[in-house]
Amino acid sequence: MMAGVIFVFSAAALLQFFISYCRSLIAASSKQSLSAEVKDVTGIQRFASGDDFKRVMQLLQLCPERPEDRNSVQAIGAYFRLLNFLRSTIAKFVPSMQDWTESERGHCAYFAAVALERRISFSRDMLAEQMDA
Amino acid sequence: MPGPFQYCVWFLCTFLEVSVVVCSIAKGSFRRYLSLNVYMVAACFVNLARFKILLTYGYLSPEYGYFYYYSDLLLTIGLYCALMGLYSRVFEEMGAGKYVRLGAVLLLLGTAGFSFAIVQQSSSRLLGQFVMDSRAMGHLVLEASQNLYFVGLVLTYVLWGAMLKLRETRTRLIQLVLALGLYFSVFAASYAFRNLSTGMRNDIWPYFIPISGCLLPLAWAYAFWRIPEEARIAPSRLAVVPR
Repeated sequence: MMAGVIFVFSAAALLQFFISYCRSLIAASSKQSLSAEVKDVTGIQRFASGDDFKRVMQLLQLCPERPEDRNSVQAIGAYFRLLNFLRSTIAKFVPSMQDWTESERGHCAYFAAVALERRISFSRDMLAEQMDA
Repeated sequence: MPGPFQYCVWFLCTFLEVSVVVCSIAKGSFRRYLSLNVYMVAACFVNLARFKILLTYGYLSPEYGYFYYYSDLLLTIGLYCALMGLYSRVFEEMGAGKYVRLGAVLLLLGTAGFSFAIVQQSSSRLLGQFVMDSRAMGHLVLEASQNLYFVGLVLTYVLWGAMLKLRETRTRLIQLVLALGLYFSVFAASYAFRNLSTGMRNDIWPYFIPISGCLLPLAWAYAFWRIPEEARIAPSRLAVVPR
């Protein structure tokens, strides 16, 4: 009985902490503006939509990985899947949740675009170092 | 006996714990987050000591078992101290440091009393059976660990609620607290699940717990390395229920 109560409460807290943690990662990147080049490549102008995420992730996988952002990109990927799950289940019955999940998915796509920008400049730096060598 | 995977995760975890301290020193935050860093140093030494005892006495030896669970208990108390350090960081501007320290001592005593009560209750139950086999002992340890992690989770949850209420804006502090909340909730949930499924075959457990142990040092190393102390965030954006 006690273990059951602890399990339910911990699972609910885990979900809440996970969402807040992912949002804190996203919020840190939302202040960054995208370069014209990344805007052209991703098609994201000012605001991203959830549908952009998959495409931006595909572009992200084409670039060499930066060890610093690997885990945060994975965490946001998991968060995006969670949002998709909520969107296709609970949000169908709660209209306000539909808007919320869509806006969060857009933030995830923007986060991925910022990560793409960082990876592009990382690749450029690597190339420049190789050219110098 | 741990397999290659468990050894890899073990060394990765130790490496990440060292990384937290190194990142914190490199960014000049060692003294500011002293309790967190002391905990990470302690966790690192405990990992090394466990490895030494494992090599000397073997995985199934009572020496390794006792050292593992006693050090785990001490580390959990250390994590409470780290949590108290975070409490005092959040409440420092209110000049509530004295009350936080008092609360920390009371909490530690309360947790110790709570755990003692559980152990005493279970021991009398077990002594009534005149048998205290390793399975019963294992169940007892599971129950105690589950409760200790759950107390930690509740305290972190209260701190997070206070941070939202006080409109805390320091991004690094927010990430440190959220990572700790994630860690406590993963462990409390998994110990509770293990407790619920006693007797069932569980193949995921030997892999899940060591990987989960890497979460906290990974997230803290990231927070120290990537998030500057001056970074600020609107806390209302982080609440699951929009404010």
